[in-house]
Amino acid sequence: MNNKKQMMTGADIFFESLRLEGVEKIFGYPGGATIKLYEKLYDIDFLEHILTRHEQGATHAAEGYARVTGKPGVVLVTSGPGATNTVTGIADAYMDSIPLVVFTGQVPSKLIGNDAFQEADIVGITRPITKHNFLVRDVKDLASVIRKAFFIASTGRPGPVLVDLPKDVIAAQCEYEYPESIEIRGYKPTLNGNINQIKKAVEVIKKAKRPLLYVGGGVLMSNASKELTEFARKNNIPVTNTLLGLGSFPGIDPLFIGMLGMHGTYYANQAVNNCDVLIAVGARFDDRVTGNTETFASNAYKIHIDIDPTAIDKNVIVDLPIVGDAKIILTELLAELSDKPREDEWWDQIDKWKTACPLEYVRPDNKLRTQYVIERISEKTKGEAIIVSDVGQHQMWVAQYYKFNNPNSHVCSGGLGTMGFSVPASIGAAFGIKDRPIVSINGDGGFQMNIQELTTAVYHKLPIKFFIMNNGFLGMVRQWQELFHEEKYSFTDLRESNPNFTALGEAFGIESFSTDSPEEVDGILDKVFAIKDRPTLVEFKVAKEDLVFPMVPSGGTITDMILKRLNPKRMII
Amino acid sequence: MRHTISVLVENTFGAFDRVATMFSAKGFNIHSISIGETEQKDISRMTIVTSGDVQLIDQIVKQLNRLIDTIKVTELTGQARTERELALITVSLQKSGIEEIKNINDIFRGKIVDINNKTMMLEITGPPEKIDAIINVLMPFGIIEMARSGTVALKRGEQIRPQNEYINKK
Ligand SMILES: Cc1ncc(C[n+]2csc(CCOP(=O)(O)OP(=O)(O)O)c2C)c(N)n1
Ligand SMILES: [Mg+2]
Repeated sequence: MNNKKQMMTGADIFFESLRLEGVEKIFGYPGGATIKLYEKLYDIDFLEHILTRHEQGATHAAEGYARVTGKPGVVLVTSGPGATNTVTGIADAYMDSIPLVVFTGQVPSKLIGNDAFQEADIVGITRPITKHNFLVRDVKDLASVIRKAFFIASTGRPGPVLVDLPKDVIAAQCEYEYPESIEIRGYKPTLNGNINQIKKAVEVIKKAKRPLLYVGGGVLMSNASKELTEFARKNNIPVTNTLLGLGSFPGIDPLFIGMLGMHGTYYANQAVNNCDVLIAVGARFDDRVTGNTETFASNAYKIHIDIDPTAIDKNVIVDLPIVGDAKIILTELLAELSDKPREDEWWDQIDKWKTACPLEYVRPDNKLRTQYVIERISEKTKGEAIIVSDVGQHQMWVAQYYKFNNPNSHVCSGGLGTMGFSVPASIGAAFGIKDRPIVSINGDGGFQMNIQELTTAVYHKLPIKFFIMNNGFLGMVRQWQELFHEEKYSFTDLRESNPNFTALGEAFGIESFSTDSPEEVDGILDKVFAIKDRPTLVEFKVAKEDLVFPMVPSGGTITDMILKRLNPKRMII
Repeated sequence: MRHTISVLVENTFGAFDRVATMFSAKGFNIHSISIGETEQKDISRMTIVTSGDVQLIDQIVKQLNRLIDTIKVTELTGQARTERELALITVSLQKSGIEEIKNINDIFRGKIVDINNKTMMLEITGPPEKIDAIINVLMPFGIIEMARSGTVALKRGEQIRPQNEYINKK
C-alpha cells in the first residue's frame, strides 16, 4: 500500500494511517456512523480491536493501556451517545495528561447542525477537555489530521485528542499520500531546559542543607525514572511522590519518604514544610498536594522542572522555573552535580519525624482492613505488580501501603478522581503488559460503576485480579461526613443495597472468593496469583469504620494534619 | 489592571471558540475580544482586552500559547502600541437640539452617519477611553442604542519582518 498517489476511501486511509502510527490495539464500540470503518476492520489483522461493553469503558481502557505502555491509547466510537459516553474518560485523560486519540463517528457533513439522528457536537463538547480536537471536513485532510492527532497527543505534555469523522468523509475517496512530515506552526514544545537556569539550579542544590525532590507523573511521562533515581541517590536527596508520580522512584529505597499532600505521610509533609530547596519535577502543585498554597514549602527556594509552561507559577510562585523535558533536564543536572554528601542533620530530622509518626494503622480488633490487604499484596507481588486502583479510601491506602518497584505500575485516576475507572483501566493495562500481575483494586461503590467491563476481561481471558474492598460504604465520602459534616451519613451507606459480589462475579463467569478474615488473606492471594489464564475476583469484607490517616483537611496546612481518630468511640457505627 | 493581548491564530474553524472556551473554562475576564483577517489570509488576529494582576496575565498569556491554534501571543500593555475602537451611537434628539449633539460630535471628531427628526447616529473612532468619554457626555441626552467593536491594536514602529516569522515562533 506504500506506493504514493493511490485512490483510497476514507476508511482505507483511516486504517492505513493507524498502521503507520504503529497502533496495535483499538478499544471501541460500533454504531451507524462508524459502520463503514467496522466493515473494513473485519478484514484487518495488523491491529486488534477490543470490544468493550460501554464507550466509557473503552476510554478508560485506552487510558490504562497508555499508562502502562507509554503509547497513545486509541478509541473508536460512533456518533451521538457513543461519543458523549467517552466524555468522562477524555476529561480524566486530560487531567492526568494521558495520551489518547479518540475517533468519533459523526453524522454526514450535510446533516451537521440539523439535529440529525445521533448527532452531538462532540467537538464543541470536548473542547475544554482535550489538548486539541478536529472535525475532518474533507477526506483529503484525513491522513494529515490523523498524523497531527497522534503527534499532539503524545508529545510535549501529553493529552487526549479527539478526531470527529463524518460518515460521508469515511466513505469518500481521494488520492492518498502519506504526509511524511507535519508542520504545526502553533505547537512547538520546549524540550531542552534553559542552560543558564540549569546552571543556577546546580549552584542552589549544591549549597542546599535540606533539599527535597517533589516528583510527579511528568517523570513517568518523560520516561525519566532512571535519571531521577540516579540523581537522587548520587546527591542523597530525599524523594516524595505525588499520587501520579508513584513508581517513578523505588518505594523501598531509603531515600523514599512516601507520598505528600492530603493523605501523604507526616514526614513527607514535614519535609516539604522544612526543606530549604524544593526541586519539583513533573508535578503541578495541585491543591491536593499543597493544601494552603501560602504556607506550602514557604521556607524553600523552589525549583520547578516541567514541560508545560502553564504549570509554572500557576498555583505557587517558584524561584527558578526550568521548562523542558524532565529526562533531558535531569540528565544535565546529573552531569553537573553528582556527589553531594549526605546532609546528616537533615536526615536525622526526617528520621525523627518518621519515628514520631510512622505510617501505620490501628488494629484494635481482628477485623480485616484494606491497609493489611494492600500490605499483603505488596509483599506477595514484591512490588512488581501493576496496581490499578479506583477512587476512594482504598485508593489512598494503595498509595500509602503498596511499595512500587517500577515505573508505570501504578494506574489511577488522580486529577479527575473518576469512580469506575479501575475495572476498564485494568483491562487496558492487561492488553499492554502481559508478563506482570495486574490487580484492579476497587471500592464496593466504584466497582459497580463500570461493572459491565468484567465481560470484556472474561472474553479475552485476561488474568486480572479484581479485588473489592467492601466496607459497605462510599467510604471516602463517609470519612468527610464523620470528620467535617456532623456525622450525617447521608446516602453513603451501601450495606443494605450492595449486591452479592461473588455471585455477581460467578454470573460473569469469574471464579470468585470472599473473606472477612485476615488469616485467610494470604491463602486467597496465593490462589488467585497462581491463576494466569483468566480473571478472578475477591471480595474482601473490610472494617467499615476505618479512616484514611494522616489527613490534611482541604486547604489546610501541616499544623492542621489529623494523625488519628481523636474520639475512639467513633470507631463503631 | 487592563491588559491588551494580541494573538495570531490559525484562520480555521473553531480557533476563536477555542480561545473563548479557554477564557471561560479558566475563569479569566474578557472586556472585549475582536477578530479579523491579517495580511496573511490563513492567519487571523485576535485582540483581547482582559484584566488581572501580573501573575494572572502571565498565566493567561501562557494558556493562550498552549492552544495549538495560536501562533503568536503578544502582551501589548507596556509596549508602544496603537489601540482603536469604533462605536456607533444613536442619540435621542428629544432633550436637545441637533446643534448641541453636533458640537459634541465635533469635539470628539466623530461622524454623523444617520439622522432623522428623532435621533442621530454618530460614528466615533479612537482609543477605548475616548469612546468611554463620549458615552459619558452623551448619556444625559439619552442613548437609544449603541454598538462597540471592541479594541483592535498593533505594536507601533513594527519592524519589517521576515516572510516566515510566524513559523517556529513559540
Ligand atoms: C464518578 C464519581 N462520582 C462520585 C465521586 C465522589 N466520591 C469520591 S470517593 C467516593 C466513595 C467511593 O466509595 P467506594 O467505591 O466504596 O470506595 P471507598 O472509599 O469505600 O474505598 C465518592 C462517592 C467520584 N469520585 N466519582
Ligand atoms: Mg466502599
